[in-house]
Amino acid sequence: MTSSVQPVTKPTREKSRGIFTALPAAIWLAIFFVLPLLIVFIMSFMSTGRGGRAVMPLTIENYVDVFDRFISVVQRSLWIGLLTTLVCLLVGYPLAFFISTRKSAGMRNLSLFLIILPFWTNFLVRTYALQTILGNDGTINGFLQSIGLISEPIAFLNTPEAVIIGLVYGFLPFMVLPIYASVERFDFRYVEAAHDLGANDLWAFIRIVFPMTLPGVIAGFILVFIPAIGTFVTSDLLGGTRGLMIGNLIQQQFRNNQPLGSALSIVLMGMVMIALLIYIRYGDQENS
Amino acid sequence: MADQALGSRSAGGQAIEFDQGKIRRDMLIRRIGKIGLLINPIFAYFFLWAPIIVLVVFSFNAGRNVFVWQGFSVQWYTNIFNNTIQAGTEAANFNTQQILNAVGNTIVVGIAATIISTALGTLVALGLVRGRFPGKKALDAILYLPVVIPEIAQGVSLLVFFGILFDYAESVSGSRVSYGLGTIVIGHVVFCMSYVAIVVRARLADMNPRLEEAARDLGANEWQTFWRVTFPLILPGVVAGALLAFTISLDDFVVTFFVQGVGTSTLPILVYSMLKRRVPPEINAISTLMLLVSTILVGVSLAMQGRNAAKRT
Repeated sequence: MTSSVQPVTKPTREKSRGIFTALPAAIWLAIFFVLPLLIVFIMSFMSTGRGGRAVMPLTIENYVDVFDRFISVVQRSLWIGLLTTLVCLLVGYPLAFFISTRKSAGMRNLSLFLIILPFWTNFLVRTYALQTILGNDGTINGFLQSIGLISEPIAFLNTPEAVIIGLVYGFLPFMVLPIYASVERFDFRYVEAAHDLGANDLWAFIRIVFPMTLPGVIAGFILVFIPAIGTFVTSDLLGGTRGLMIGNLIQQQFRNNQPLGSALSIVLMGMVMIALLIYIRYGDQENS
Repeated sequence: MADQALGSRSAGGQAIEFDQGKIRRDMLIRRIGKIGLLINPIFAYFFLWAPIIVLVVFSFNAGRNVFVWQGFSVQWYTNIFNNTIQAGTEAANFNTQQILNAVGNTIVVGIAATIISTALGTLVALGLVRGRFPGKKALDAILYLPVVIPEIAQGVSLLVFFGILFDYAESVSGSRVSYGLGTIVIGHVVFCMSYVAIVVRARLADMNPRLEEAARDLGANEWQTFWRVTFPLILPGVVAGALLAFTISLDDFVVTFFVQGVGTSTLPILVYSMLKRRVPPEINAISTLMLLVSTILVGVSLAMQGRNAAKRT
């Protein structure tokens, strides 16, 4: 960028110009993002006083509590997050492949649009739509009962499985779009070359297509896993007590024990950070 | 063509011999792949659209059932507009006024958050792409965090932060400030700004910096260069970022949930409280209307992007 063509007499004032345009946003972030998170971090090391408020002295009791009493919720959140991501991958990869291999541009745009449009509708509305389908007097149970397959409604709701269905429903586009971008860039002459060298479709996919679209898969993995593990709405509306996740626990604890709620938030953020670091280390290296 | 090539050179390319078993196997794999690639999208599109279609269709159902069709009716829609919403058997828990208030709050918050976050996000994108200053890398990293940090963590941290701030303000001035539209806007600006910055930045990176140099060579000062060269060129990015910010603000539930005050519910908050209590049958109609609005918004935004793309070529 800084080639010799550039004028030598570039005003020195310009070098620091950026700071003034960046300053308002930096201040906003410092006050309303960094500082609140810092407060939560400090609070997570404080004791619980009257009314669940944070008081001195400092302690690590909250973290002991998280890993003692709530380890099952943390584990369940991890599991639900991972399973959601896996299901999204299994459904989303072939779907992205299907979309990007459509021959006409119109068909490609339409199939992409049909993925994105539900995604732009309100998350609560979509979760409620799932509730009406899965509920005891919902569409699926109504259908199964009317054809006489079951006599009593199946309780789909208030289970971890319902949460996974809800999260896959909510975040599938996050998996499809980056994989679509990767497959779109993929040069299918590589597959022809693999065929010429004796590979069948499966082998060509495993050895050529999948590794070359891996950046998209990893991006999708992160984009689904992070919001899934920190979800609050989906598990609240579809999961009940059996599908309780760390996000719901944080909300509950902030009403009666703020330091413990803070510790839970920090643990959640820690898990997200680990996922992010893995992404930065192994993710889309061409783009960085 | 490639079918014939399959397996034909497996013997080291010396003698061309056809391994019929391998060919048959490879064809089977191909057929399974083809069928899978057909079934999967059908299943996926059904999964994505069935709940929405059920919701829309049964919002016109005469009964409350979401499976048995009891005749066409727009009574749930008229109930919304005639102030006769009933939450099941309980006497009206929700009324039209509440919905209108929530819609009003949502729009006020959305517009305020969009204006502030578009200004701040565009400026910080300019600073990060064009400028050089200490702490730039740190700012760059922190700017992306609101997009990835779980919303629940942002929500509770703002709740605690404002709590401390209001307590302090009360002890200093004696009057009590409280959660409300202001706190909601502040919370929305944090993450909306990040999205705007990401979009505008991508646009700036695509822009040829020589154009600005040329403007300056021709005697324009920095102010003129910005308004007459840089800004028109990044405008599509700024508009796209603003639309994104607006949609995200309209849609936000979690952060709003934690920093809302009394009587400042937005539409997602109202829908949530309806879902948590006794679900009124009108909710299908409300959801369908929300669906309609977001479809129109997306349509307008896509049409504008299409026009911009057409203009570029």
